[in-house]
Amino acid sequence: MNGARRSRGARRIHRYPRIAPVGEAAFTVEFGDRIDEDLVQRVLSLDAALADDPFPGFSETVPTYRSLLVLFEPERASPERVERHLMHLVRSLGARPLPEGRLHEIPVCYGDACGPDLESVARVHSLTVGELIQLHTAPTYRVAMLGFAPGFAYLLGLDERLATPRLATPRTRVPAGSVGIAGVQTGLYALNTPGGWQIIGQTTLTLFDPEREPPFTLQAGDRVRFVASH
Amino acid sequence: MLEILDGGFLTTIQDAGRVGWARFGVPPSGPLDTAAFRAANLLVGNAPGAAELEITLTGPTLRLRRSGLIAVCGAEFEIWVGNLRAPSWHSVFVRAGQRVQFGKRLWGARAYLAIAGGLALKPFLGSQATYLPGGFGGLEGRALQAGDDLPVGDASAYSAHPAAYAGRVWPERDRPAYTPHPILRVILGPQDDAFTEAALDTFLTSEYELTAESNRMGARLRGAPVIPKMAGIVSDGVVAGSVQLPPDGQPIVMLADHQTTGGYPKIATVARADLPLLAQCLPGDRVQFRRKDPE
Repeated sequence: MNGARRSRGARRIHRYPRIAPVGEAAFTVEFGDRIDEDLVQRVLSLDAALADDPFPGFSETVPTYRSLLVLFEPERASPERVERHLMHLVRSLGARPLPEGRLHEIPVCYGDACGPDLESVARVHSLTVGELIQLHTAPTYRVAMLGFAPGFAYLLGLDERLATPRLATPRTRVPAGSVGIAGVQTGLYALNTPGGWQIIGQTTLTLFDPEREPPFTLQAGDRVRFVASH
Repeated sequence: MLEILDGGFLTTIQDAGRVGWARFGVPPSGPLDTAAFRAANLLVGNAPGAAELEITLTGPTLRLRRSGLIAVCGAEFEIWVGNLRAPSWHSVFVRAGQRVQFGKRLWGARAYLAIAGGLALKPFLGSQATYLPGGFGGLEGRALQAGDDLPVGDASAYSAHPAAYAGRVWPERDRPAYTPHPILRVILGPQDDAFTEAALDTFLTSEYELTAESNRMGARLRGAPVIPKMAGIVSDGVVAGSVQLPPDGQPIVMLADHQTTGGYPKIATVARADLPLLAQCLPGDRVQFRRKDPE
């Protein structure tokens, strides 16, 4: 009976940016549905604008590749008011300089025990191990988002020649500090977790230390360069 | 101090949860049944988000070193304080050295035990909530076991004069309407457009069974498949109550320990007031989703 009462408008292609409710205590602001640097920049600009100009009852945000999740306390903020505030911020985004992001140099030990999948990934692309390392250390990457597990960093900017599918069977334990490739993405594991990315190296840098301020080395919007170490 | 003599099946420390760390990939954690959790705290005079025990399926055995006031809400167990049965949803006085023993479980999946003063472990990223997959929060990031000793705060009138506050009841009408066949109200979206009208109708008119693969990260359901038009989306943010649909069309309702981002289309979000009903379901129980009326 509920289904029969449901009335829905004709389906349409979304116009971005789009603000949509995520339950009763969050909105998502979507800027598109692709993985690219431009969308990430707009997400991070809105994130920064909201940090400068929060609304009463604001709780926290989760920046992702293409959208900003905005959580609020429904006891303190009405959804209408939050939506209006977000709409206002989105409209005034154009005038805002894009966040530069901190630059991190991350030393990586490539191959052997540090990167068990390095040789097979090189073979797939008909590259030598040296060429692969060169291609992976050349770009300055952008941290698009943290997710999947605490501190796991998704980086934008992988050379397309290194794009590689995930492992057919995920590992039950990938050590903290591992550097992986999955599709067009490269990423960093901050904790020991299960994982299906192709592991090509490992950093000795501690990416998560609860006793340190801030506990996480990387945050969304930061830039990363990998440096091959021995 | 609260002494654990037997940890039971899965007993963890939970408080209101971590706020502000989702952008780093850290889930909120906290209680699955927020209503029972809050009631237990208020019965013993604590702040509504003070740290408690979340007890799953088989209860623990505890001992209080000092006289105190406790309350157990949520799933119904036979609870023994010394040789006497103690009721749920009541504040109960426990004398120093007395055992609190959970016996037979009568219904439900999760009970919450609050103690006046609240548990007082060292917070991790601002919270005592245990996150088992990350191995942090609570006590060493793990389930409680025999031999654990939990510090209790003592900054309240209730903990100073526990006997004076015993016997208070959480009225039945203020408890969630628990049932093994709950109707969960949902707000459609944000990716309801990733489904055909027929798939949306299936979702809103079918019964789904809770499977044994469920845990604090998500309630995995089984029933009439709701197949998304695309296998995945570009990952975006997830909240507790998000209903994700992997390509097999079997819904997963994300719970307190959920991943902060996800790449499966989210057809809807369960109303916050209805998550406690899901939290008390056991494998084999059946839920239905209904569109929440606008307020």
